[in-house]
Amino acid sequence: METLQFAYDNLSLIGSRALEHIAIVSVAVSIAVLTGVPIGLAITQSKRAADFVLYLASMLITIPSIALFGLMIPLLSPIGYGIGYVPAVIAVILYSQLPIIRNTYTAIADVDPALREAGIGMGMSPLQRLRQVEIPLAMPVIMAGIRTAVVMNIGVTAIAAYIGAGGLGTFISRGISQTDPRQLITGAVAVSILAIAVDLFLAFVQKLLTPKGLATGVAA
Amino acid sequence: MIRLENLTKTFGAAGSGITAVDRVSFEVPEGEICVLLGPSGCGKTTTMKMINRLIEPTSGKVFIDGKDVTHIDPIQLRRSIGYVIQQIGLFPNKTVADNICVVPDLLGWDRKKSRTRAAELLEMVGLQPDTFMKRYPKELSGGQQQRVGVLRALAADAPVMLMDEPFGAIDPINREVIQDEFLRMQKTLRKTVIFVSHDLDEAVKMADKIAIFRAGRLEQFASPEHLLSNPATPFIETFLGTDRSLKLLRLVQVADAMLTPADTVRPEDPVAKARDLMEKSGHPAIIMSNGDGRPGGIILASRITGQGSCREAAEPVRATVPVKVDLRSAVALMFTHDMPVIPCVDEDGKLQGVLTYRSIVRSLANSKIAA
Repeated sequence: METLQFAYDNLSLIGSRALEHIAIVSVAVSIAVLTGVPIGLAITQSKRAADFVLYLASMLITIPSIALFGLMIPLLSPIGYGIGYVPAVIAVILYSQLPIIRNTYTAIADVDPALREAGIGMGMSPLQRLRQVEIPLAMPVIMAGIRTAVVMNIGVTAIAAYIGAGGLGTFISRGISQTDPRQLITGAVAVSILAIAVDLFLAFVQKLLTPKGLATGVAA
Repeated sequence: MIRLENLTKTFGAAGSGITAVDRVSFEVPEGEICVLLGPSGCGKTTTMKMINRLIEPTSGKVFIDGKDVTHIDPIQLRRSIGYVIQQIGLFPNKTVADNICVVPDLLGWDRKKSRTRAAELLEMVGLQPDTFMKRYPKELSGGQQQRVGVLRALAADAPVMLMDEPFGAIDPINREVIQDEFLRMQKTLRKTVIFVSHDLDEAVKMADKIAIFRAGRLEQFASPEHLLSNPATPFIETFLGTDRSLKLLRLVQVADAMLTPADTVRPEDPVAKARDLMEKSGHPAIIMSNGDGRPGGIILASRITGQGSCREAAEPVRATVPVKVDLRSAVALMFTHDMPVIPCVDEDGKLQGVLTYRSIVRSLANSKIAA
């Protein structure tokens, strides 16, 4: 009850913290899409490159977020960005690489070889094949990777409050340091709701981007 | 016109590699279907894929209309050749119309022109354009997908088509229907077709020329009739099977094998006349013709007793065979109805000739001599 009262009294603060949160995740994941999807496409050309890149991305994701934030303080301090928004965005970019690269790679590699052969045999250039056949067919799986990255990093961003990046994590860190369960619970619940809401929104986008001929439930 | 000259493909390092295709040469005249036939791994598909440069030859040349294909940009080359694959390979994200128009779109045709063309093509195979243009491949049955796969190869009206076991992924009944449909279209389209198959019956039915492959080598290149009656090697004889004479039946029309003019008797003739005619011709039966030229009955030599008119001696005609069908169907009818002599009729049911077991054997022997 006390917590609800607290949340109600601080609605506008929760709102602005949520916007900070979204700003970090959306900017970082957008950049990660711009790097991860091309990398995922590129590594379909070589099994060895794919193994190496996926291994590297898997290693990145095993670094605990708090340690990654800690590492970035000395690395980014010389250019004046040791704490705050920039290291948070960089961390989220790094964590997003694995789901995005892996899903892009798998989706493209899984395109039916018969379709690839048909495309080549009818005289499509590699880029035409990618644009007309492979990417449309891979779209649902690539989008699933982006959703995974977003949801995961809404959690990671909560911890970025410790390096002064703001966001809903601020409630959690303050709740812990001030032993105030109201702030703690408010923060935790807000992060969860944000994750679910964004995931539902992206599921809707995924549906829009899925080619009609692939969608299940098309009337036969 | 497609000409292959000493076409060779070796996979792996030179010297130690595996030779998939070994010095294959043949020529397919314009407007003909050439079936590349052989057991799996015989090099027939590799040979076909060297024509549109999906596989680059190790040595040898391919000429299409006298032009060496290695001098044509591979992407341009492939757009100028219709291509049908076994797995159909329709793009699931594109509608039927967009699938058919892939190559026209790549070539930058006017959209209206290409969609009109797609509608015409759908019409040709009995698929309603209004219903099917906007559908997606997964909303089609297997047979419909297969048809669209063939239409896609026809869309840009390329003079040459490569078909890699195009009707392989389909049930036998639908396969026959689609084969007939394709042959019907081919009569007007006159494409030069290279058709890969491992099915002898399909090859005999579709081909103007059959190229039999074995372990990368071309064993024999001949018309189906010639191949069936004069297999060049023991391997081909085994491959064709002991029933190759039966397969030959398919290639001969009743009209070419029937005895004509047929001896006939009138209902009012005495049976003695029927007996005389049969003794002279050596046939086991004779047809009794009605006044209107239709077969009215059949008189068997073994059943003639004593005197009377033919009308009394005749038995009803249990079956007739149209002159347009092939001998295989005719023989089936003769067996089914136990008729050693069967009347052959035209579309109006008028008697044109008769078919006897002996006339069939003789026409097979003739095709052997002619070939």
